[in-house]
Amino acid sequence: MSELILAGLLVLLVLLAVVAVRAPDLLLAVITLGAYGFVMSLIWAVMGALDVAFTEAVVGAGATTVLFLAALLRTSRRRSPAASPLRWVALAVALGTGGAVLGVTSGLPRWGDPTSAPATHVSPRYLVRTLSETATPNAVTSVLADYRGYDTLVETTVIFTAGLGCWLLLTPRRR
Amino acid sequence: MIERHASVVVQTFVRVLTPLAQLFALYVLAFGHYSPGGGFQAGVILGATYILLALAFGRDILDRKVNQPVCVALGAAGVLLYALTGVAGMAGGGTFLDYSRLPLPVTPVRARYFGILFIETGVTLGVAATLIILFCRLGEQESNR
Repeated sequence: MSELILAGLLVLLVLLAVVAVRAPDLLLAVITLGAYGFVMSLIWAVMGALDVAFTEAVVGAGATTVLFLAALLRTSRRRSPAASPLRWVALAVALGTGGAVLGVTSGLPRWGDPTSAPATHVSPRYLVRTLSETATPNAVTSVLADYRGYDTLVETTVIFTAGLGCWLLLTPRRR
Repeated sequence: MIERHASVVVQTFVRVLTPLAQLFALYVLAFGHYSPGGGFQAGVILGATYILLALAFGRDILDRKVNQPVCVALGAAGVLLYALTGVAGMAGGGTFLDYSRLPLPVTPVRARYFGILFIETGVTLGVAATLIILFCRLGEQESNR
């Protein structure tokens, strides 16, 4: 049953992606991209990755959409009518990358396979010991914040630094 | 420029929803140990409440509610709180980001629990501040060009 829901959502995802890329009105493209983020978050939820679904819902469907909208207000909602001279190169790169990704998909472990490499390396240790070592039942939180604390520290630094850079770039110039 | 929304229904709804959403952000931050959620999501929700205010009452409300340099300082303080929690673990005799050695009057396991709470609070501050200052700038009118 969940495979069926997943398949339906994935088809919807592809449709939304095509609309977002092809829409002549950029406002339509941004809203469609928000819907794409929401469908993506539903997919994570169906797959049982609730923390990722939560993040995708607030960031992909919420925050990015609003930031894009604000950017449209400062620019224009019309797409540039001139066709890019590089569009055939872009098509070739997109088809090549997509083909390569599809080609290696068969090498991935099946969804939820308990004998796959990621599920047998350090994951079982974290899942078994998170409560006794960190008093935190949600293993996602203890892995992100404690076992993999370095990654999250640098991630937070990157987000803040990038935001600060945009803020400084957009500072109105005084005459 | 984002204008004040004309509908009184929207304005009243946002006025009621904003404090509730901010409370929910604190819940998501504090309850991340037990359920999906945590510092990052809490930060985005907290930042989004300010965006919501601007969408309902116009961009100008942010000039009254938000001091942008202070907001930048708060975000930096969040990242610093994270790094200093790591350094505090070193001061207690452990390695960087070893929360079990935090100088707290609790067992090492509990100290890791609180260490996670500290750094999640730092992440919340950093992410919320980033979102707010970005939206403040993007919503601004380009006046003196």
